[in-house]
Amino acid sequence: MTNRTIQVDVLARVEGEGALTLVLDGDTVVEAKLKLFEPPRLFEAMMRGRDCTEAPDITARICGICPVAYEMSACHAVEDALGVRVDGALRELRRLLYCGEWIESHVLHMVMLHAPDFLGFPDAMALAKHHPERVRGSLRIKQAGNAIVAVLGGREIHPVNIKVGGFYRVPSRAELAQLLPALRGALDEAQDMLDWLATFEIPSFARDYELVALRHPSEYPMNEGRLVSTKGLDIDVHEFRAHIEEYQVAHSTALQARMIGRGSYQSGPLARFVHNADRLSPIAAASAARVGLDPTCRNPYRMLHVRGVEVIYALDEAIRIISSYAPPAAASVPLVMRAGTGQAVTCAPRGILYHRYVVDDAGLVSDAQIAPPTAQNQLGIEEDLFAMGPTLAAMSLEAATRRAEHAIRNYDPCISCSTHFLTLRFEQRGTP
Amino acid sequence: MARPKLAVWKFSSCDGCQLSLLDCEDELLAVADAIDIAYFPEASSRVEPGPYDLSLVEGSITTPHDAERIRDVRAQSGALITIGACATSGGIQALRNFRDHPQMMAAVYAHPEYIATLATSTAIANHVRVDFELRGCPIDKRQLLELVSAFLHGRKPNIQSHSTCIECKLRGTVCVMVARGQPCLGPVTHAGCGALCPTYARGCYGCFGPSDAPHPRPLAERLVALGATRAEVVRLFSTFNAAAPAFRDEANRDD
Repeated sequence: MTNRTIQVDVLARVEGEGALTLVLDGDTVVEAKLKLFEPPRLFEAMMRGRDCTEAPDITARICGICPVAYEMSACHAVEDALGVRVDGALRELRRLLYCGEWIESHVLHMVMLHAPDFLGFPDAMALAKHHPERVRGSLRIKQAGNAIVAVLGGREIHPVNIKVGGFYRVPSRAELAQLLPALRGALDEAQDMLDWLATFEIPSFARDYELVALRHPSEYPMNEGRLVSTKGLDIDVHEFRAHIEEYQVAHSTALQARMIGRGSYQSGPLARFVHNADRLSPIAAASAARVGLDPTCRNPYRMLHVRGVEVIYALDEAIRIISSYAPPAAASVPLVMRAGTGQAVTCAPRGILYHRYVVDDAGLVSDAQIAPPTAQNQLGIEEDLFAMGPTLAAMSLEAATRRAEHAIRNYDPCISCSTHFLTLRFEQRGTP
Repeated sequence: MARPKLAVWKFSSCDGCQLSLLDCEDELLAVADAIDIAYFPEASSRVEPGPYDLSLVEGSITTPHDAERIRDVRAQSGALITIGACATSGGIQALRNFRDHPQMMAAVYAHPEYIATLATSTAIANHVRVDFELRGCPIDKRQLLELVSAFLHGRKPNIQSHSTCIECKLRGTVCVMVARGQPCLGPVTHAGCGALCPTYARGCYGCFGPSDAPHPRPLAERLVALGATRAEVVRLFSTFNAAAPAFRDEANRDD
């Protein structure tokens, strides 16, 4: 009987801190616990007593990787509470801002954090020694995304120009048009990047996931739509809490989420693509087809390619929005405070992000709930590791550890959202 | 000559300040040539043991474990530089310092007893000696590059501690408070962002923390004269640097 333990002190290339315990009995995983021990920062409690218009700036600080997602969900949820609708050019500008974040976040993950897993490098710096042009090309794509957020938001991280009701100042046509040459160049480079990513060896793996995403009548979803799933969910976002519950487990500072009565679900780029492949622009749809992606895909390792397609889509969409942009008459919609409850779901790069605020008649928040994407994906990640038992059992402990980390990174887990290094402890129990 | 070894550490934070290093894109590969990035878990699986010549520390101390860990980081580090508002003043999560902590835990968790956390969020300098504090929520990547470059050349970094007001004047931005009556923390806020908010037609919200020798009280009185309520002024001083002494004292003044 063998009984071995591997201690990997740092699961690197993720945003945030956590640990994984995996116990294998023969080829069966008997325990898989993704422990997120990021120190709790208590945002939902901090929001109590704050002015509802402070929600975008404060909740952006939950995550430095996807602050735009927090700003967007916060704005839409507070606007829902106040009965305000943001349309026309302002709505298009919000979509443009999200395009910028999808591009920078996805490229950061695909090339700097995830590609090293597929190619056997410790990091993007080592990757850059072997594939200097690939890394430089991808950094140019990322810069094009960063430039959108910097021009429209003022800076890449925690942009300052976003407010409930719209923006503080809207850009001129010329300010946005100056982004176009880099975006067009990045679109060509993103096609090359996708073709390169498509040459990577993809482990075979699939599960019958409940894939949850927003679906909008005419657009690839970003800021609005109904919540739909591959197991029949089709609800207005106001029904979120009737179908999805958050609960606490002893091993994690992040709450986990599950579909009431069913269990885990997955809400990342794969879910978004499966439900909305028909909403991609012709250029992005052709790219997906070229690398053999279709809505029947259930292999989480292929989220790498889905991100590549979404980068192409976001670049194409950004070019469309900028090309047709005419500055709106006002930078924001006026707000009148009133008591109410507001909810919203928007599409963070990693999955759906739910915000809910209860606001009093002076505009102060009395209750807040925030369900970040990684907290929602966490249970499904643990189940992937359970399902990988036979594969992991056939590998050396070192290879199995690398594979488990690789599988976790499929989800681009952003642990700071909830909760710093993953400690992977791999215990193998021999068959008696 | 061996390249200096860099380590990047995370405590309680959003990861945005260390992301600023990855956001250096073009410069990142040049930095990677000049410095041995020996420990940077967000970017690399490669871990080289200490000691490290330069440690960049992100985040604040909010758990008993982290209060111990920062001592270990200090012991392994030549120069220790904090990056960002969390590490320098406790960050947004320092709002807990002024509230009932058990009540806050109970508002978020059904089982607060599962979680070991401190009732306060404190700056790194409250725990160990710090060689330089880089401000900002988030930090400015040009300032980060200046700091790393100054370290490599053994010179003093060119980072000014005057107020954001000076940056507005240097840019020629019209004062949002004088011209439009908008509340602005620019007169008491540390420079470094390039006076970003006023260029986007909004008042500074103080994310770089207090400037050198700030005078928050006359500013707070002026804001009230412009029509803000005292509660609004308190909230304005109580965000990403709520526990920085100058901002904290103004927000908690009860006369």
